[in-house]
Amino acid sequence: MSRISSTFARIKGEGKKALIPFITAGDPGKGYTVPLMHALVEAGVDIIELGVPFSDPMADGPVIQRASERALANKVSLRDVLAMVAEFRKTNTDTPVVLMGYANPVEHMGYEAFAKAASEAGVDGVLTVDIPPEESLGVADVFKAHGLDPIFLLSPTTPESRVAEVAKAAGGFVYYVSLKGVTGSANLDTEDVARKIAMIRSHCALPVGVGFGIRDAQTAEAIARIADAVVVGSRIVGEIESAPEDEVVTRVKYLVEALRRGVDAAAK
Amino acid sequence: MNLNDLPDSRGHFGPYGGIFVAETLMAALEELRVEYDKARKDPAFMAEYAYELKHYVGRPSPVYHAKRLSEQYGGAQIYLKREDLNHTGAHKINNTIGQALLARRMGKKRVIAETGAGQHGVASATVAARYGMECVVYMGEEDVQRQAPNVFRMKLLGATVVPVSSGSKTLKDALNEAMRDWVTNVESTFYILGTAAGPHPYPMLVRDFQCVIGNEAIAQMQELTGRQPDCVVACVGGGSNAIGIFHPYLAHPEVRLIGVEAGGSGVESGKHAATLTAGTPGVLHGFRSYLMQDENGQIIETHSVSAGLDYPGVGPEHAWLKDAHKAEYIAVNDDEALAAFHDLCRFEGIIPALESSHALAQAKKLAPTLKKEQIILVNLSGRGDKDINTVARISGIQL
Ligand SMILES: Cc1ncc(COP(=O)(O)O)c(C=O)c1O
Repeated sequence: MSRISSTFARIKGEGKKALIPFITAGDPGKGYTVPLMHALVEAGVDIIELGVPFSDPMADGPVIQRASERALANKVSLRDVLAMVAEFRKTNTDTPVVLMGYANPVEHMGYEAFAKAASEAGVDGVLTVDIPPEESLGVADVFKAHGLDPIFLLSPTTPESRVAEVAKAAGGFVYYVSLKGVTGSANLDTEDVARKIAMIRSHCALPVGVGFGIRDAQTAEAIARIADAVVVGSRIVGEIESAPEDEVVTRVKYLVEALRRGVDAAAK
Repeated sequence: MNLNDLPDSRGHFGPYGGIFVAETLMAALEELRVEYDKARKDPAFMAEYAYELKHYVGRPSPVYHAKRLSEQYGGAQIYLKREDLNHTGAHKINNTIGQALLARRMGKKRVIAETGAGQHGVASATVAARYGMECVVYMGEEDVQRQAPNVFRMKLLGATVVPVSSGSKTLKDALNEAMRDWVTNVESTFYILGTAAGPHPYPMLVRDFQCVIGNEAIAQMQELTGRQPDCVVACVGGGSNAIGIFHPYLAHPEVRLIGVEAGGSGVESGKHAATLTAGTPGVLHGFRSYLMQDENGQIIETHSVSAGLDYPGVGPEHAWLKDAHKAEYIAVNDDEALAAFHDLCRFEGIIPALESSHALAQAKKLAPTLKKEQIILVNLSGRGDKDINTVARISGIQL
């Protein structure tokens, strides 16, 4: 069983829901990422999504775009991100790490070479936003062959007829994007999300994570009532952006502890 | 393999093309594919498209024998396909009319577009006014500064121009922002993509709408010269004017097809936009093709005197034609394009777009190597009124 699957199994056994934070690797500087990852674990997160910076983050809103630009200004490459994961793994062998990014840096490295290096570094799952299952033929298999879970998105516009197809290609969990738009958008309709998740579950046995638009303990709690995992990105990245550099780690930890309480409140 | 059968059903031209977008857009692209497939088989749709091209755009655009220029260059006869004479001054409108008619057919009342030089933005704003649709155009902040007259033109036509300040603040970032708008407003909005690039079905449908250029040229050359040219030359930014003339000529394999990219300050200088000449394959903006990228797969900034060629990708069909040796691609530098720009002004009384001047510069190099009875057909993709400020600035003249 993969580290992601066993994590979901453990959480389910505890009657809880997973909290998955997103941070961009190398933001605000290369040296911050590994300490931030450890702080996230201390704050009680279950899985870490690590953003691989890209020059053209088409699916991201302004907050994560700026994080990507800061990381690229620090010359953070895909190889650097893998080195950060390897560093994290020296002292943490339990918390799954999912890389989230765009196709081109991975394509440029070569899917096989990337999958091998990522697996060796201790990466557990890979979400390439702009590779839908149709284009991943071969790619998802390469990832799976190296023990990496290919994570795919589902969205409010995904027709029901497509959900099973996506689920077949996916591993670990599926990530339901709770609204039409880019990362960081507002206006979450939890009732609509609940209906969609019920539909997804009828075609997909994997755990369902929900992200986009979760900004505080209240929305985290509302989503935790209906999904298996709550993904929070822009809110955390925004905190990294606004915090003075010497307070980045403590401020993020404080914020994520509150999100954790929100998620756990749903279980009570 | 019959090249006219490409792309395959999922938009692949060999290893290139495809659909590399986030999940939210998958359904919209499928809807567009299905609707376009119906439209192109619908005689009423195609008749309306043809009517608009004739009566609104002013097609067919003439083919013109540039005799004085040919004499000056001392070799082959140079003919020009006059896309500069279209309404709005470039080939871009062939595509925006087609896409606007599709938008109307699909019941979308809001259209969005990206633009670099502003030509596609103007052509989109024009058709939005023509069909009564709301229009939002994304344009890099840098280009808003460089192309002020076109920004005002779009506003006169009723469009909203949104300056894009992310990334390099140019065309590629405008495209990113248009995609973000589309993801957010996917149900109400039609994205009028400006070149033969992007996710399937865009490279195919933009090509199909631009093929009017090549189809007309084949008939016109036959009528005018009794034969087809030895070479067809077109500039390549994203590749829409070039594929529009090349694609029909694929049925005439004896005709050499030459795509001309922006060499900027010289390919060896690194400051250029010669994607097929100096790039490597990768994935950007929804498709796989040649890209300008660094050793980590990050997209790098491009440079060209011509904003319309300043793009780090290129349409997937050109990547395929290059690998299959069905077309040749070379780069022409800024200074060579500028010299050809002045030549056409002085010898023929035609002010060409700086983009098209790249194709003219290649004809200038090629003509003396050919015999007097041989023919070069240049796709004159647009007129140069939009570029006079740039040319004046480079010449050190204050307007
Ligand atoms: C006159 C003209 N020619 C060519 C181009 C380049 O685009 P494409 O390669 O799609 O024809 C542009 C783009 O703005 C243009 O305005």
